[in-house]
Amino acid sequence: MPKLLSTEQMAEFANSGCLFFEGLIDEDINREFLNDIGHTNIDEVDNIQQYFQNIKSSSSIPRIPAGTPLKDAYPLNSPLEKIFKNEIVSGAINSLVGSKTVVDHQFLHLTFPSKYYDRANQRQMSQVNHQDSTIDPRTTFDIQLFYFPTAVTKDMGGTRYHPGTHLRIVNEMGIAKYQNIKGQKNIICKAGTIGIFHSGLWHGAGVNFSDDIRYMFKVRLQPKEKQELLWDIDKKYRPLPNRALYWTDENQEKTINDILMQSHPWQEADTNRLDKINTIKFWRQLTGNKNLDIDYWLTRIENELY
Amino acid sequence: MTKRQKVLVLYLKFPSLEAEVISWATFDGTGKKLHMTGDSDEPPYPTGLDALLDGWRLFQASQAIPEYPGQEFRTSYLKHEFFFEKIEEGDF
Repeated sequence: MPKLLSTEQMAEFANSGCLFFEGLIDEDINREFLNDIGHTNIDEVDNIQQYFQNIKSSSSIPRIPAGTPLKDAYPLNSPLEKIFKNEIVSGAINSLVGSKTVVDHQFLHLTFPSKYYDRANQRQMSQVNHQDSTIDPRTTFDIQLFYFPTAVTKDMGGTRYHPGTHLRIVNEMGIAKYQNIKGQKNIICKAGTIGIFHSGLWHGAGVNFSDDIRYMFKVRLQPKEKQELLWDIDKKYRPLPNRALYWTDENQEKTINDILMQSHPWQEADTNRLDKINTIKFWRQLTGNKNLDIDYWLTRIENELY
Repeated sequence: MTKRQKVLVLYLKFPSLEAEVISWATFDGTGKKLHMTGDSDEPPYPTGLDALLDGWRLFQASQAIPEYPGQEFRTSYLKHEFFFEKIEEGDF
């Protein structure tokens, strides 16, 4: 039975564009996945391309035509089918993109240690910051689900990401010139961790300075239904009433609105306010409530009397 | 002796050099250091002004472009971009 996200988790996703489930997938399934792809001792891997080709030819990861329903995508009892059947994973997917979601694409990313670059006399560089696919001005959003079958240490250069960037409309590598962004994070996690990104979140792969291969399986999922209150099937969500602004009590209780209105260190002083406005518009979309507001940001500018 | 250019790009919190650095990139034409994406979590200077005080010369700053009518709430790239350079002499 899928375990749907809580309203707090949805608010966290709406604000930051990402959610993580640390060490969610158990050791047996992680091992099964690694065995299935032919994971081996690093000393036995001579050639990057050959290793990758072996995985593609022998693993149970199927070739999935774009647009295939997720429920039909993976062979029964395969490690990936078990992962997508996990109640937390399926609940998060259903909450964000619905149960009729389809697969856009999938990929198993491998990041190799320095010795392979040294041997090939290649410069080992991190991946530049980018937003996946192409410029995407839709209101609808896709999600990208990441699965880490092994632990990812700091040395391994786990995926770099920038919380709160998901609603900024940019064109793929048009953000590549931002080498470093204040508040940037890297995914350092236990084996079996699942991460979910809004398809607009800025990110890039780090450099692997460890001695081991870093694996990350990714699948992009597209909704086929309106993304309104999918996590709240009883439709119980009600917006909070207005609260006092600026001249406030310091000890007032934190609410969902505080999660939604959280600022990020990279936001400009001026555009930060637009980021908040866009988060409120996103929350209107997710809740299906076209009139809700938080901290008067939209009410103020919608009060047009002429 | 030859000359090489080092470029520092700072993105600031608001369009004044006294503003806090929120994003940064360095490209070293001397070849002494290879900078790359994600290589530092702390900015090289707290503000744009601090870069000037350390000898970086400003050579380009982003213009203020009015928001396009109907697109006032659309957010996109970082706005307040400042390019600095240092010229180094040496045997490269």
